[in-house]
Amino acid sequence: MFKKMNSPAWFVTPYVVLFTLFIIIPVLIAIGLSFTYFNTIQTPDFIGLKNYIELFTRDEVFMQYVLPNTIKFAFIVGPIGYFMSFLLAWMLAQVPHKPRTVLAIILYSPSMTAGIAMTVVWTVLFSGDSTGYLNSMLLQIGLIQEPIQFLTSGDHLMTIMIIVSLWGSMGVGFLAILAGILNVDQSLYEAAYVDGLKNRWQEIFYITIPSIRPQMLFGAVMAVVGTFQAGAIGVLLSGANPTPNYAGQLIVNHIEDYGFIRYLMGYASAVSVILLLLVYAISRTTFKLLGEKD
Amino acid sequence: MAGFSGMKINPSRFHKSQIKFFAVLIPMALFIALPILFIVSHAFKPTNELFAYPPRFFVRVPTLENFRELVEIASESGIPFSRYLFNSVLVTVVGVFLSVIFTSMAAYGLSKLKFRGKKLLFEINTIALMFVPIAVTIPRYLIIANTGLIDTYWVLILPLIAMPVGLFLVKQFVDQTPNELIESAKIDGASEMEIFIKIILPIIAPAIATVGILSFQMLWNDVAGSSLYINDERMKTLAFYFSTLGSRTGNTVAAQGVLAAASLITFVPNIVMFIFLQSRVMNTMAHSGIK
Repeated sequence: MFKKMNSPAWFVTPYVVLFTLFIIIPVLIAIGLSFTYFNTIQTPDFIGLKNYIELFTRDEVFMQYVLPNTIKFAFIVGPIGYFMSFLLAWMLAQVPHKPRTVLAIILYSPSMTAGIAMTVVWTVLFSGDSTGYLNSMLLQIGLIQEPIQFLTSGDHLMTIMIIVSLWGSMGVGFLAILAGILNVDQSLYEAAYVDGLKNRWQEIFYITIPSIRPQMLFGAVMAVVGTFQAGAIGVLLSGANPTPNYAGQLIVNHIEDYGFIRYLMGYASAVSVILLLLVYAISRTTFKLLGEKD
Repeated sequence: MAGFSGMKINPSRFHKSQIKFFAVLIPMALFIALPILFIVSHAFKPTNELFAYPPRFFVRVPTLENFRELVEIASESGIPFSRYLFNSVLVTVVGVFLSVIFTSMAAYGLSKLKFRGKKLLFEINTIALMFVPIAVTIPRYLIIANTGLIDTYWVLILPLIAMPVGLFLVKQFVDQTPNELIESAKIDGASEMEIFIKIILPIIAPAIATVGILSFQMLWNDVAGSSLYINDERMKTLAFYFSTLGSRTGNTVAAQGVLAAASLITFVPNIVMFIFLQSRVMNTMAHSGIK
């Protein structure tokens, strides 16, 4: 039955159909809906740029909390997570195979846990009464008198979201960078030292990073996307959307809030488009910073 | 090589110069492993230990109570636990199979075959690496509602099959396979599909394992599919059932043990698969670069 199958269509059609149906078309629809008023019951009503104008001029929650929160979260978790991925991969590459494998599996393991599945850990760890592990510990050593409302008051929610997201930031990009470093030709280093390379820093900047630039770029995209995906964690931790005092409200939560709680799908779509543009813009900027080839 | 003090990649044995790396890596790994150890420990705690004050990290008298309760809560609501498990296994097995096949076929097409729009297709796929699924929840719902897939197992599988990251990784891997292999098979009269099945598939096994793992994680952990597109409780997945536990049990201390047991069941298949396939994953990742 495979004797006559030579056409490329046999190979790419199944993937392309599903890719188009569940990724391309939804993105196009989101763009289309963002110019409409759509409450899911009546047919969408074209209103031009009104959603975007409202988002940037009238939506106080968005401008006051969601956007600053998202930027703060992304600019801390993204770069630190990326830097940690590189640093840990760089160290792992310099220890023997067996301990490296064990350590790499442990460092990668948070990426395999589903966000929801891990919520129980964080809620117990940071529980607001004295049975919470962190509160109990702080009370015992006398650092605090009253248990702190880590998750429900909004004062600490952002900090905890950042810690939890960093905990899970060694993902596919980390593995790519590790594999990249392991495959750098060892003789490059030796030759560079003969040519007068002086220290570890020069080595990293002149040999390691240029040699694994493709993996670094891939890792960067994964870091940016991972960071924006991780945003949902605030709602899971505090158990409420909107989060207390909007302290952990990020763009992804704003989409859910408008789309699935208020059923303002046109407006939610406009927020979605902004999210996609933001991820794209930040990825491109990172590429530029890392010195893309073309 | 006595004088060489630079980077030694993949050293064959321990040397005291590595101590500084272990001094960072081991505490880091412990910090990262802690929440996971906590899940393991908590899942086996009997009720009195869950209530213990001050709270204790490790379990003293392990019990399977929490797992038993996990099964009971399901049957009380009318759907046996085994049904959720069956749904999850079915959806995951079929999904991973389709994802692996479709992705590697497309990767071969993009890498070795000639057709119009090939470059464009790969570029779009590379841009789609930056795609954030949450952003299109609404349009996806609208599409699915119009296809009549609602309340079928397909709706849990099909939206997760096309993974831009998967195609990207396999395509980069296929690029490494020598064209001479393909040419000589063609001279022997093999069709493209035969070449793909007999020659390419065995060579790209590491990349396939990697896509398999990524796709397994997506399907096995997916909650959105069951909650958005499935109304029939009997067709929902284990991950979905676990996500509703909080509201079924009330967020009590006693329920924490059950929730931890659920998290453990979700996590274990993922980590086991990764441990078995990790060397293949690393092999794939070596070719993962964006060039």
